[in-house]
Amino acid sequence: MSAAPAAPPPASADATAPSEQPFALLLTPPRPRGGWRVIPARTWAMCAVELQKLRHDRTELYTRAVQPALWLLIFGETFTRIRAIPTGNVPYLDYLAPGIIAQSAMFIAIFYGIMIIWERDSGVLTKLLVTPTPRAALVTGKAFAAGLKALIQAVVVIALAAVLGVALSWNPLKLLGVVVVVLLGSAFFSCLSMSIAGIVLTRDRLMGIGQAITMPLFFGSNALYPVAVMPTWLKVVSMANPLSYEVDALRGLLIGTPAHLAVDFAVLTFAALLGIAAAASLLGRLAR
Amino acid sequence: MTASVSTPVPAVRCTGLHYAFGHVTAVDGLDLSVAPGEVFGLLGPNGAGKTTTMRAITTLLPVPPGAVEVFGHDAARQKMAVRRLLGYVPQQLSADGTLTGRENVALFARVFDAPRRERPARVAQALEAVGLADVAGRLVATYSGGMVRRLELAQALVSAPRLMILDEPTVGLDPIARDSVWDRINRIRAGTGMTVLVTTHSMEEADRRCDRVALMHRGRIRALGTPEELKSALVTHRREAGGEDTGPPTLEDVFRHYAGSGLDEPGADEQRGEFRDVRRTRRTASRVG
Repeated sequence: MSAAPAAPPPASADATAPSEQPFALLLTPPRPRGGWRVIPARTWAMCAVELQKLRHDRTELYTRAVQPALWLLIFGETFTRIRAIPTGNVPYLDYLAPGIIAQSAMFIAIFYGIMIIWERDSGVLTKLLVTPTPRAALVTGKAFAAGLKALIQAVVVIALAAVLGVALSWNPLKLLGVVVVVLLGSAFFSCLSMSIAGIVLTRDRLMGIGQAITMPLFFGSNALYPVAVMPTWLKVVSMANPLSYEVDALRGLLIGTPAHLAVDFAVLTFAALLGIAAAASLLGRLAR
Repeated sequence: MTASVSTPVPAVRCTGLHYAFGHVTAVDGLDLSVAPGEVFGLLGPNGAGKTTTMRAITTLLPVPPGAVEVFGHDAARQKMAVRRLLGYVPQQLSADGTLTGRENVALFARVFDAPRRERPARVAQALEAVGLADVAGRLVATYSGGMVRRLELAQALVSAPRLMILDEPTVGLDPIARDSVWDRINRIRAGTGMTVLVTTHSMEEADRRCDRVALMHRGRIRALGTPEELKSALVTHRREAGGEDTGPPTLEDVFRHYAGSGLDEPGADEQRGEFRDVRRTRRTASRVG
């Protein structure tokens, strides 16, 4: 409505503005960065934008912290008392806490496909695709941002778990391992979501698929119960589910249960790279 | 042969560009050459293939090698080189409402590799050029439609593009905001000599703002020239056809002459519907209003 008047009066300002001096930098394009530095630089640029958005509006962080907190407080406390799930000599709440970190990380990441479709519809993505930014860097930036949001969740869950008396490891090296595991897991699930977005192309379809896959991924993993109690077919599902490897690693690092850390890291790294490659190659479809 | 030496490399050259979405041909053997420094308007009814052409030029569509060149760089083989030369303002209001104006522009400075030391000054100059320096710290969600459009210009300008591509830049803007957008474009053009390729529905705007226009219909160019040339050609045509003198034609009359007949038939254009196109325009208009 108040388009032009809201800005300095255009016509009169134009006439009096000094001719070229104030726009000297706009006459020469920036020198292109070369070679290997392009991908990390662009990845960081995409990630920085996400962090700026979070700084302007932290609502998402607060509301997203509610669900994992409820899982720990209600589900965790209840099942600890019932002792329905055999977790050896580890209290169920301790067993559950790493699973909830992985779960909340996955829920954040799965949302990224919807976000990328929203960005396509609003023209933001199309415009970025016309800049000299490799698709892989765009996707990796998003994936990394998903990981950072997940880490903030992890801090909330760990703090809450500590208050509830869960015996957590405070070994800095192990905590660093937790950071890496959460980043890799988030990268895989956000790229999975963005890949599906690149295939189905509309938000409605993606919402349906997102709903349809998150629960099976969650329940078809060792996040809530050990693999040992699963029927055979579910064990197979769990074996193929990167979430299980994420939970296994987090559990081993945070509460010291026996874990296959080398396999976990290898699987998560491979899954993340595969996800980035898939999402990067499907991203262009969104702009056609 | 000798002539080609003195002729500058065209800003855009399309050679036999063909693009189909499934069975529907959107662009059908398009030949086009945009000279460096000119304001070139691509006009046509909904579904004429304008946006598809724009997308081919901006490397968003997979086109065969040799079909599209931007300043001599092939849009199929040298995508990154082409993108470095482009500033693109899509039809939708594409600035991110959850960031400030300055952050929106800074992102584009970053992705074009503006060095960290130079970036703040570059961003400030781009914002200054579009008259948004005073509101640069505000979230874009609080901007009016005209301000968002000018911000998008700043986003495109910050990398000093040689070719500015504007898809319906003034759709949904009030006349004052519209003039303001064009004033900014022309002022920057005077300083940088950049080429502008613009699509528009507004014939009045094309007549006033474009050096040359191409009328597109059903994926092909039906008429090409300066607005004056096209109008006087229509006068000649009318005289030859022996019709009564209806006064000096406007560019809109030229448009009707070339595209009007096709619109009445329930032809391929209608079937294509361009539902997405219309929906997008409406969405843009509602955000602007």
